[in-house]
Amino acid sequence: MDPLILDEFRAIVGDRGLISSPEELHTYECDGMTNLRVLPLAVLLPASTAEVQAVVRVCHRERIPFVARGSGTGLSGGALPVKNGIVISLARMNHILEVDIPNARVVVEPGVINLDVTGRVQSQEYFYAPDPSSQLVCSIGGNLAENAGGAHCLKYGFTTTHVLGLEVVLSDGTLVHLGRKTLDTPGYDLAGVFVGSEGTLGIATKVILRIVKRPECVRTLLAAFASTNEAGAAVSGIIAAGMLPAAIEMMDKLSIQAAEAAVHANYPDCGGLLLVELDGPLAEVEALMAQVDEICRKNGASEIRLAQSETERALVWKGRKAAFAAMGRISPNYIVQDGVIPRTALPQVMSEIARLSRETGLRVANVFHAGDGNLHPLVLFDRRIPGQEETAEALSSTILELCIAAGGSITGEHGVGEDKKRMMAKMFAEPDLETMQRVRCAFDPLLLSNPTKIFPTPRLCGEKPGEYVPHPIEAAGLAERF
Amino acid sequence: MDAATKSQSTVLHSALRYKLIALLGPDHVHAASAADAVAGVPSKLVLVPGTEMELAEVLRLCDEAGLAVIPRGSGTKLGWGNPPSRADIILSTERLNEIIEHAWADLTVSVEAGCTVQKLQEALAQHGQRLALDSLWPEKATIGGILSTNDSGALRLRFGSLRDLIIGVTIALPDGTLARSGGKVVKNVAGYDLPKLVTGALGTLGVITRAVFRLYPLPLNSRAFTVSAADAGEAQKFVLAVQDSRLAHAFLQSHFSDEASPVSDILFEGTEAGLAAQETQLRILAGPASVSEASTSTWTAREELWALLDPQSTAIAKISILPANLANTIQRIDGAAHLHHLRWNALMYATGIGWLRLVCKAPASGDTAERSRAALVQLRGALQLLRVELERQGASLVALHTPEKMPALDVWGDAGDALPLMKSVKHRIDPKNTLNPGRFVGGI
Repeated sequence: MDPLILDEFRAIVGDRGLISSPEELHTYECDGMTNLRVLPLAVLLPASTAEVQAVVRVCHRERIPFVARGSGTGLSGGALPVKNGIVISLARMNHILEVDIPNARVVVEPGVINLDVTGRVQSQEYFYAPDPSSQLVCSIGGNLAENAGGAHCLKYGFTTTHVLGLEVVLSDGTLVHLGRKTLDTPGYDLAGVFVGSEGTLGIATKVILRIVKRPECVRTLLAAFASTNEAGAAVSGIIAAGMLPAAIEMMDKLSIQAAEAAVHANYPDCGGLLLVELDGPLAEVEALMAQVDEICRKNGASEIRLAQSETERALVWKGRKAAFAAMGRISPNYIVQDGVIPRTALPQVMSEIARLSRETGLRVANVFHAGDGNLHPLVLFDRRIPGQEETAEALSSTILELCIAAGGSITGEHGVGEDKKRMMAKMFAEPDLETMQRVRCAFDPLLLSNPTKIFPTPRLCGEKPGEYVPHPIEAAGLAERF
Repeated sequence: MDAATKSQSTVLHSALRYKLIALLGPDHVHAASAADAVAGVPSKLVLVPGTEMELAEVLRLCDEAGLAVIPRGSGTKLGWGNPPSRADIILSTERLNEIIEHAWADLTVSVEAGCTVQKLQEALAQHGQRLALDSLWPEKATIGGILSTNDSGALRLRFGSLRDLIIGVTIALPDGTLARSGGKVVKNVAGYDLPKLVTGALGTLGVITRAVFRLYPLPLNSRAFTVSAADAGEAQKFVLAVQDSRLAHAFLQSHFSDEASPVSDILFEGTEAGLAAQETQLRILAGPASVSEASTSTWTAREELWALLDPQSTAIAKISILPANLANTIQRIDGAAHLHHLRWNALMYATGIGWLRLVCKAPASGDTAERSRAALVQLRGALQLLRVELERQGASLVALHTPEKMPALDVWGDAGDALPLMKSVKHRIDPKNTLNPGRFVGGI
């Protein structure tokens, strides 16, 4: 990188806020999706909104693309650096700025860790609802870039449900406020557009969150079934009975075994395990839990357990949340997939996945947010066996195609990032993508903010498709044209 | 407006008219009448396409011809927004009124924009489900209309607003593009969330042709109560105490006015056992205040507030405050109304959204025209004063109905420092300013 620009960056963020030595830069060459790596030119760690603005202004002047990064736990390569670009880490902006219990609002900087928001308000019996499995380490900024979900979004909604307002640095350094502490700010719901935009529309430097009062009671039930089909039928029964559980999770035999090996969650050994959580007023939850119990039995549950204590409940969830990492216990390598199907397509998609597994000889473990049809198939493979990684990747992609064919989505919570941008063209038609890119061009006409993500063919703004005008990021091999 | 645009918009040349008729059929292209005027601004033609492809194509033709297009559902909220700076074509969605797919086992529905809320709710109820939103005038209001105006009622507290219920959308853009985003699954983060962008955009970015919603089951049972309060301070204390409690209420709304002491309505939904337990807790929480079964009018409180006895002397505003500023806001409303000689009443939800009605007092005697003119100046003064005070606290006041003869007041108020960005979004999607020109914030 041009030493003069590096000096300019150093003057903004100080020595502590600048990483430019190759050894240290390696820490930032990938996020949670580790098979793609790009070394950034530099990593900057601004400590304030003003510093973010100053850094971005230099990027704008010099046409340097930048990628914002939270804790780097993303699973789609959203925080993967862009070639000839810098990474702006928000890790130092990790302060909870305001806690407003009467209005149930919390204002945070983007580097604040998800679970710390709840930590700050739990003495008043409030919590921050979105709970991705990585909530111990993932940041609010990353959560909002990805519109993170979690196990409880069936009832409580996603990150976007809980973000009321944002302070955002646009790619030219301008500061704008989208949404407010109050609802329905006059104008377009740009906060709603920004959440889930995977860092392509700017950098959030302040976030207004909604917090939720803890329910009077929480009950968690485990039900063991012979297969995921019976478990799926029980889920349909619960939904048809007019209930809206806080969470319904499903695991198949392989993922149960892995979770057992990893955290000894004491799960029953079965073909399909259902975890149903209800919360709310005690009398309501008890009445409904009796119904859930009955529905599970009707659908052939061989064993039903109600967690008897908070410790037991925590253990049940620990097993579920550790499921991805637990695959390391039963396979040297694995791919975490994230797709969504209409819940009713589950038996059909499951049998297709089983068929693909038989045909390729690769094992697939399945963990689902069953209430909302969000599948997390884990494709297990051994990199040391020639060709197996490629087979696993192909299988993983085919699963997404199954999701699209079933009327679902290529991602429910992990994002498109770098990983799935080619799948976007299979899920959306060209006019759909073109319309999204118009929105992107309104925010970031020079395409500097995480420019190569989400879209299969980044459109350079202000030009009609087809005519060829070289652009700096294109010349640098960052944007592709077809 | 440049001269060329002006000449095109004043005379609808016959070639275009023939094209439109060829496309839609003669029955679906007709001259606009006085009843089709939008906020007092007349249009020339009403187009009623029968498919979303037709709609996109006529929109493209109008855009190409430099005509201004006003999308319309059933027109119940067509007055919301500033008067259009230009108006040539009313583009009606009334023939796009089908329920495309109710995937009840997946708790989703795909519906065309011109379908009324009531028709949709009746179909959903056959499977024990609902769009969990209490919109205004459901028998007439269309899906496209409630989305474009971001209408929401008391149930928002529990189920969120339309931005939280919509999961997919198809919009026709001025260049004729039909763009789809989101999908038909509840959880989906592929691509930008354009359903949220068009919700509340007042039809200024595209014409919504269909939408997909997540659904909720109809409640097993429900019970509503009304709790009285001595004054606004006490009402606020009750509302905040309920919000800070373990009750799982579906809505909580409070009525205030210049003549009666406040009352709050609270709704519970669930099993009989759950309802009984919550009623007990509610009574403990309410303390000495009287708690009674709510009357049926609880459900129509917002429509009652909108029942304009005299539209020419009444203003209705949507306000949005922080819940803990409730009593303070009511005091300000009362102060402003008193200062400007107005009657008032307000319906405030626990979310901080509220609806305010201000009414000019009948002139006592003398030159009626002169007095009513003076009264309308007072009405505007009160709205302006309240807006300034609310905006100072980060709150907002949107004047959705004002008398025609009241001196002009911007409907929306301050859109904040994101206005240039909003204009940029508008420009990228509707570069010729074809859709609802001038009706939205900051002249959009």
